[in-house]
Amino acid sequence: MSDCLVEIKNLKKSFGDLTVLKDVSLSVEKGEVVSVIGPSGSGKSTLLRCATLLETMDSGELSYMGEKACYTDAQGRCVYASKEELKHIRKKFGLVFQNFNLFPHFSVLKNVTDAAIVAHGVPKEEAFANARRLLTQFGLEGKEDSYPCQLSGGQQQRVSIVRALALNPQVIYFDEPTSALDPELTGEVLRVIKSLAEAHMTMIIVTHEMSFAKEVSDRVIFMENGLIQMQGTPEQVFTSENERVKSFIGKLGNI
Amino acid sequence: MSVGKIILQLLDGSLVSIVIFLLTLLFSLPLGLLVALGRLSKDRILRSLIKVYISIMRGTPLMLQLMVVFFGPYYLFGIKIKTSYRFAAVIIGFVLNYAAYFAEIYRGGIEAVPKGQYEAARLLGYTPAQTFLRIILPQVIKTILPSVTNEVITLVKDTSLAFVIAVSEMFTAAKAIAAAQTTMMPFIIAGIFYYVFNAVVAFAMARIEKAMDYYE
Repeated sequence: MSDCLVEIKNLKKSFGDLTVLKDVSLSVEKGEVVSVIGPSGSGKSTLLRCATLLETMDSGELSYMGEKACYTDAQGRCVYASKEELKHIRKKFGLVFQNFNLFPHFSVLKNVTDAAIVAHGVPKEEAFANARRLLTQFGLEGKEDSYPCQLSGGQQQRVSIVRALALNPQVIYFDEPTSALDPELTGEVLRVIKSLAEAHMTMIIVTHEMSFAKEVSDRVIFMENGLIQMQGTPEQVFTSENERVKSFIGKLGNI
Repeated sequence: MSVGKIILQLLDGSLVSIVIFLLTLLFSLPLGLLVALGRLSKDRILRSLIKVYISIMRGTPLMLQLMVVFFGPYYLFGIKIKTSYRFAAVIIGFVLNYAAYFAEIYRGGIEAVPKGQYEAARLLGYTPAQTFLRIILPQVIKTILPSVTNEVITLVKDTSLAFVIAVSEMFTAAKAIAAAQTTMMPFIIAGIFYYVFNAVVAFAMARIEKAMDYYE
């Protein structure tokens, strides 16, 4: 348990009458790379949005390194930690969005340093040095002064990965990071994520890239109808005899 | 009366028009933003009050509003109106009216910013105030500039409405001279003045728009 970075217990979430997550529990250890696969509407993205505090859960428990972001009280209500505590917990994770969500009016350098400087009080010089190092590491040197609109989709997504990394999170979530990209650009972003996996960055990746999930993950989770239907090593999941898993993976046919 | 003399006489009035214009912008642009935030607030009562205010400001003539602001204190509360209040009444009337229009423009701009921008900012640890000032507002300003330009140009022409409470701006002065001298000339000069004023405004706004062209 000591290495447990993220712990989600019995997460339930509905939007109106629609139950999106029925009862999801998941714990991720430090250094682990977990891919979440499954058909659209299975609750993958909602799981990520609950874990990153973009959505509030209806019931369940969420904690980062033992710090509780929320728990369910005896009346079955989900109680969230105080604003200050949540602010502290937010520093532990980063999120890379499907459509990047870079700030269009900020240069690349400002996109990846502004939050550190303004919201986290990191000294300017330190933030800039850190950002330049990361940008170089991800093949973005020389792009510091460009604006997001001047970059390709792949470059934009790499900038948004750097933006998340610049705050030194313990874990990074990826929400379908290549869904907005063409196959060529997808490759360059997947290579970046792979390099992070090799550096033992803890990551939870929602993806439709099956071969990538198979290659990069320590664990693959198959979700459907708001439940984790199956999880295991990539070999276990991708050679599973489970009918649903088999038919989902078979349909994508790119293993 | 020579053209030169008419121009000289109109000059005072034109200064008043320019001051009305500048003061109105100075107060109504920030006030409009506050009104827009109230209009988008989660508080239902505040939201409804703002809606009523905006609908009155947009639904009644500005000329009438100026008269209400000027004569209202006397008719409603029996307060004696000082002559010095005349100019203040014009500014109050214009600011209240223009803030309502600007508020609706701001609201459109704020609603046009994708939700993902707020989410990204939240994930990165920005406070709500930082998010609004650093991330949202600059994007809003860029989106709304063309609509703001339209309003600002209308404002230049609307300054002539101050004549209804006898503030001697450009148009009031032109009317007086035209009546006394039985000549069209003051109106023609006034027309040229408004046209040139607007040309300057349009040029300035175009420059600002261009300055924000560095992204998207």
